Amino acid sequence: MNGSILFQAIVFLSGAVICVPIAKKLGLSSVLGYLLAGIIIGPYVLGFVGQEGEDILHFAEFGVVMMLFLIGLEIEPKNFWGMRKTIVGMGGAQVFGTILLSYFVLSLLGVGWQVAITISMAVALSSTAISLQTIKEKGLFDTTYGASSFSILLFQDIIVILMLAIIPLLANNENNSSVENHDASLLDSLPIGLQALAVILSVVSVVLIGRYLVVPLLRSVASTRVRELLTASALLIVLGISFLMELVGLSPALGAFLGGVVLATSEFKHELESTLEPFKGLLLGLFFMAVGASINFIVIGEYPLTITSLVFGVIILKGIVLLLVGSIFKMKIDQKLLLTIGLAQIGEFAFVLLSFAFQLKILDNAQLDMMLVVTALTMTLAPILGILNERFILPKVGTKEIEKRPVDHIAKTHKVILVGFGHFGSTVGRFLRASGVEATILDQDSNRVDLLRKMGFDVYYGDATRMDLLESAGITSANILICTIDDPDISVQLAKILKEKYPKLKLMFRAKNRYDAYELLDLGIQNVYRESLETSVKLASDVLSNMGYRKYTIHRQAQKFIQYDEASLRKLSGRPNNKEEYIFKVRAEIEQQEKQLEEDLKRGIIDNGVQWDSEQMRLTQKEK
Amino acid sequence: MKRLLILFAHPKFEQSRTNKALIHKIKEREGVTFHDLYEEYPDFNIDVPFEKKLLDQHDIIIWHHPFYWYSCPPLMKQWIDVVLEFGWAYGPEGNALNSKKCLNVITTGGSREVYCPEGINNYSVNEFLRPFEQTAKLCGMEYLPPFAVMGTHMITQDELDQHTEQYDQLINALQNGTTFGKINDCDFLNDTPQLNNTSI
Repeated sequence: MNGSILFQAIVFLSGAVICVPIAKKLGLSSVLGYLLAGIIIGPYVLGFVGQEGEDILHFAEFGVVMMLFLIGLEIEPKNFWGMRKTIVGMGGAQVFGTILLSYFVLSLLGVGWQVAITISMAVALSSTAISLQTIKEKGLFDTTYGASSFSILLFQDIIVILMLAIIPLLANNENNSSVENHDASLLDSLPIGLQALAVILSVVSVVLIGRYLVVPLLRSVASTRVRELLTASALLIVLGISFLMELVGLSPALGAFLGGVVLATSEFKHELESTLEPFKGLLLGLFFMAVGASINFIVIGEYPLTITSLVFGVIILKGIVLLLVGSIFKMKIDQKLLLTIGLAQIGEFAFVLLSFAFQLKILDNAQLDMMLVVTALTMTLAPILGILNERFILPKVGTKEIEKRPVDHIAKTHKVILVGFGHFGSTVGRFLRASGVEATILDQDSNRVDLLRKMGFDVYYGDATRMDLLESAGITSANILICTIDDPDISVQLAKILKEKYPKLKLMFRAKNRYDAYELLDLGIQNVYRESLETSVKLASDVLSNMGYRKYTIHRQAQKFIQYDEASLRKLSGRPNNKEEYIFKVRAEIEQQEKQLEEDLKRGIIDNGVQWDSEQMRLTQKEK
Repeated sequence: MKRLLILFAHPKFEQSRTNKALIHKIKEREGVTFHDLYEEYPDFNIDVPFEKKLLDQHDIIIWHHPFYWYSCPPLMKQWIDVVLEFGWAYGPEGNALNSKKCLNVITTGGSREVYCPEGINNYSVNEFLRPFEQTAKLCGMEYLPPFAVMGTHMITQDELDQHTEQYDQLINALQNGTTFGKINDCDFLNDTPQLNNTSI
């Protein structure tokens, strides 16, 4: 029964569909939901998935590759270049620090040096999949914690190549000959110089192919207007890069990241993102479930104490190094704690590394099993520790979620909550304050929160989509909630929650552009403020003024134009074709723009009113 | 030489042939500050301290505007409302404008004939301008009769040239501190002999 692909698919999918919503309801991350689903369907609970879980794990690792490709798409080459110091500095400090400390501890415990080095290297790696998924889900990518985690993880992806090269050197010579190295890459037979050249060549070719072959290819695919072809090309790109990277012995995830960076400036960025997103999500989910299913409870049962102490030992050891790295790089205490807990697990590369070492007979069967269990357990524990940290430790150190302050002059009857205090929100908040209205502020950036508190603002720190935080900020007694969050996805998410739970609350939302505005209007949010509208009209007004038009005439014209544009926005939103599937988002936008311009054309030049129109009066007088 | 401040308020200046002509000649004159209110404050957000400073720096204030609905356009009224502060322009301590001169320069579409008890407008321009007159007086300013260009709907180029020339001369006369003889006898400065001696 287990052999049927259909049955397996059903098992995994239902595991996900049942467990993830439950985890989300409980306020846990989706990663944890997947891991629990994996444990439940795994060999030791329900037994739906047996040994094939390992194969699934290998297959699902492809989700990590896709994730890095997608992350690459969001990082433009020049930003990536700007990160190089952090990547090498923080990453290097973390990896080598962990290896040294772990080697030292293992040596003290009397473990042989080859085994100690191998295990230390595995322990130094963290899980890109778990960490980045969690960071993305919480929208913390732009914080110090997010950027540092990403840098360290990227460095690990690079250094893992070196580790895979070192491990064979650790094997005893007599063992070495007996290994059938079926994983060997094409280049193993070449001298080391040529190998390095091949690696450099392949990286260069990813960049060149990305720029000069893939973009024209995508253009020709786009012209066919067949949607699935785009999906096919997107997958082809990622698979192609992975294949090339494996061929020369580089990490496919690293290659995919590079490919993403190359394509980040192309016009197909958004299409690639939206096409690959579901694949990435599913594969990562599958990956987490496979990790959960691979936890060997028999081994745990046999050595409960050893495993427990190893798991906590690893987490503490990694945590100490991360804490030190954070201190060296002068991170704030709460960002440091997030980093410490966030990357304290062993990562998916450890599976590869450990299995490789086992093939080379560096590790014996018992050691391998134990380390695999430890790896899977740390991965499972990481999100749980993250929650504990967020709920119990963070509120007490550094920037607290809530700061008690005496109830002062704030008019409690007109409570305003302001979500987000970035460029947009700060202007809103400052103007309100200048008019004597003190809004309660929610923000994700701890540095900013501290500053605002010093300035005497009432600030809550954390994720605004968390109900408990909204409640402690006093949402039940609030009259107005202003959302100025930069990320449209998060604002939409917040809009949905608020519409559902607090239908009476007056909502005022920032929208990045027309299309976000449509989405918010469709959710029933009436007060939507497009950040580009007034400013662009102002610019156009100044152009007209420079061309000699009278300022007052322009001013009236501009106000009418804004009014008209707001009206047309509301008219065009909620049209059924708005939600139709388009092959490209860009095309949908162009179509919208076309409609908009047609409306403009129908209306003609905005009339400045006929009041005191001397020309008209003159004509009338002449007729007399 | 007296310093002149022309407060000009015209919401549709670009369409006004008469005012374009009137202003063309005097705009860049030395000792004359031409202050285009609708261009300066399209959003009606008048910079009061700046306006007060301007008033301080000038001896003669001219409210130059088209005659809309027997009064001035709204920005001019806004200017009067916000700039002429209590305690500064009027009131016990309000003597900032004392002994300055003040007058209206207006353009009307209808001709002079329709502004009288027999005409469709029933009252004279001077009667309609009473609020301005009283405003000036309350601020301790000397209010001069208006300079009016009337019947602009039907005005010929020759007439317009003549008015433009007269406005220029009026500025001359004001700058030189000419006292207009028998001033109370004329309704309009246009009619004073001083402005009609050299006119063509």
